Amino acid sequence: MQKRLPIVLLSLMSLVAIMVSCEKIIPSSPKEDEILDGPVEGLSYDQLRRFALGDAAFNNEIFTPANGLGPGFVATSCGSCHAGDGKGHPFTTLVRFGQNDETGNKFLDQGGPQLQNRAIPGYKPEQIPSGATFSKFTPPANTGLGFLELVADADILAMADPQDLDNDGISGVPNYAVLPSYVQAFNNAIALKEKYIHRFGKKAAAYNLLHQTVNAYNQDIGITSSFDPVDAYTRMVIDPEIPTLTVNNVVFYLQTLKAPMQRDAGNAEVETGRKLFEKINCSGCHKPTLKTGFSPVAALSNKEFHPYTDLLLHDMGPGLDDGYTEGSAKTSEWRTPPLWGLGLSMNSQGGSYHLLHDGRAKSIEEAVTLHGGEASASRNRFNQLSGAEKNAMLRFLESL
Amino acid sequence: MKKLFTLIISIGIGQMAFAQIDPKLLRAKPSDTAKNSLNMDAVYERPFIAVGKLPVSVGGYMEANWQYQGTEGISEGQQFQFRRMTLFVASTISKRIKFLSEIEFEPAEKEIAVEFAALDLELHPLLNLRGGMILNPIGAFNQNHDGPKWEFTDRPIAMTQMLPATWSSAGFGIYGKNYSGDWMLGYELYATSSFDDSIIANPENRTSLAASKRNPERFEEIASGQPLLTGKVAVRRNNIGELGLSYMGGVYNKWRSDGIVIDDKRRLNVFAIDFNTTLPKLKTFITAEWAWIRVDVPDTYSQQFGSRQMGGYMDIVQPVIKKTILGWQHSVVSLACRVDYVDWNVGKFRETGGNIGDELFSVMPGISFRPRQQTVLRFSYRKQWQKDILGNPAARTGAFQLGVSTYF
Repeated sequence: MQKRLPIVLLSLMSLVAIMVSCEKIIPSSPKEDEILDGPVEGLSYDQLRRFALGDAAFNNEIFTPANGLGPGFVATSCGSCHAGDGKGHPFTTLVRFGQNDETGNKFLDQGGPQLQNRAIPGYKPEQIPSGATFSKFTPPANTGLGFLELVADADILAMADPQDLDNDGISGVPNYAVLPSYVQAFNNAIALKEKYIHRFGKKAAAYNLLHQTVNAYNQDIGITSSFDPVDAYTRMVIDPEIPTLTVNNVVFYLQTLKAPMQRDAGNAEVETGRKLFEKINCSGCHKPTLKTGFSPVAALSNKEFHPYTDLLLHDMGPGLDDGYTEGSAKTSEWRTPPLWGLGLSMNSQGGSYHLLHDGRAKSIEEAVTLHGGEASASRNRFNQLSGAEKNAMLRFLESL
Repeated sequence: MKKLFTLIISIGIGQMAFAQIDPKLLRAKPSDTAKNSLNMDAVYERPFIAVGKLPVSVGGYMEANWQYQGTEGISEGQQFQFRRMTLFVASTISKRIKFLSEIEFEPAEKEIAVEFAALDLELHPLLNLRGGMILNPIGAFNQNHDGPKWEFTDRPIAMTQMLPATWSSAGFGIYGKNYSGDWMLGYELYATSSFDDSIIANPENRTSLAASKRNPERFEEIASGQPLLTGKVAVRRNNIGELGLSYMGGVYNKWRSDGIVIDDKRRLNVFAIDFNTTLPKLKTFITAEWAWIRVDVPDTYSQQFGSRQMGGYMDIVQPVIKKTILGWQHSVVSLACRVDYVDWNVGKFRETGGNIGDELFSVMPGISFRPRQQTVLRFSYRKQWQKDILGNPAARTGAFQLGVSTYF
């Protein structure tokens, strides 16, 4: 018995040591600036709980035929399109069709504006109707959207220059469209003939994050809600397939996702690239700094942030004109995509870049060189940079 | 005062009840430890206790553990888990008619399941009839999965989440064995209840045969109306090891409703190979299994649900100490290592031609202590890398487990 005691004690002490130290041994978290998901700093406990509920609904709730998927759909969950809240992969690229001018979509009675290119077993997916033009949209990143939602209409209009009065070749116009019935205009909204400035999506066709979320549930997953009870496949009003509270939680989650954080901001080459970015006037559309207005969420209220967008539509030239559009945008006009988080795109796009609206650009440099229209002058200046200068600018873009 | 009185009476009755159990009446029936056994014999190769001269013997096992697991720095902290308790009841109805049942309690799954309950009727050593709730003989783990037999708390990922052990179903079939010198050959062939549409429409967001386990109707109604066929051939040579080849397949989806054809018939086919051996001299025990799954998924559905899967595992167990430890005679300390791999979606994206991810690789070293053959204390550390469907950088998981499992 005396002999056993040391062995027993040693074994027990070893176990306790392991149980205490295991926290140190498991894989550690990536650095905060290397990931896109996570809440904005400064949320209260109750806000964080709501964020967690929205996070679970967004990333973990999988839709099947049993809980409403389809019959036509693009993806089976929100997270399927936005892995790690980053940019999406061509696997879940969606197709919009049927509108080729500002007068509206002529194929709404034939399944427009979005193609549900997949269908649950036993059903047939949609086809693009004959004669309809279309465009492919790669899923965007989700991060920082709450900040973008809070930019005042007046600030957006201040960046617009429809007549190009400053003669820099860049105009920039907002996308005005009618609000869906379930969307309430912001208090500080500036309307034009009962149309409001929309800001989310490739063509800036979504007014706010509720509009964007309801539309995505309906058109991407085939999930009706109390906000939009019309089934995309049958075009019949059916019972809501998702609780209203869940939609609201997901909207809150999207509103309170943190903004992407720049890496290597103090690096000399990155700083050189930043200066070149401004010098060749990429910042004419990709505005580095915007500010939010008032928000009941203190962490978002009256904050300055750095998204590198002006939320306006710009003519990007015939090379990027697919012949399809939304709202008041022309077919060649695209909303300036925010550049924050750009350098982390490969971590959510399967290890490769799939940039521009349809993922056609396989590198940042290719994306720059595919710019046309209002961006032609900046693109030409980029092409004239030396190799070292190009590398510096690309390093800067990767740091975002 | 009333409570005290009740307590004293309760203790008194308890003591009397305990005194009524005569240990001499409980005869431990040794499991069949003869060399001539295959994985297909595992249901009977368990320690049973017979009560007096009753023709019924009982047994069971229990598994519980402590766990600390974290993925990319996020952990739910320390956890204590009661995995399962299983009860066996076996009865020799006559010399050539036997019945065996296995009832499993899994509190975490809120599940009480009849995992096995079958009547075996011997017509000839080479031809036995089996009917009831059976374990489909796909691979080896599904047949031979009792916790105390393994050196790890977690079951092999590919065999449980992909295949999906434990997969039992209602049905009938035949089996038999033949010996010749050091050689042994066994076969099994069953027609049973089957899978359903949930294998390609489930919250796992991937093709998952295991999803069908949640459907209790499968014990009464086959979704496709057509039986699942499962067959296995196993051969063993005593100084080499056992090799098993198995197949399971059938139509899985509900293609007809009230006599109306509502969908195409779609099949699943599963192939598995298993091998186990004990190296001479070193006494290293190696067991491995690999499986391939093919599921007919409509082209118009999402590639989220793959049409091909494959995966397997290998366990290497090396006894390092065999002696009396802490007063337990013939106790054994072993070092062990398991490697798991699963590709839940083998193929390429139609949109890009790039490989579809959704795969997992895991290495799990561990140490076990068996104070007696039927009881094991085991400690392991799992390091796992799991990629999502797009092939993004793998999520790294680390997990410590300390567990106990014992037959009783």
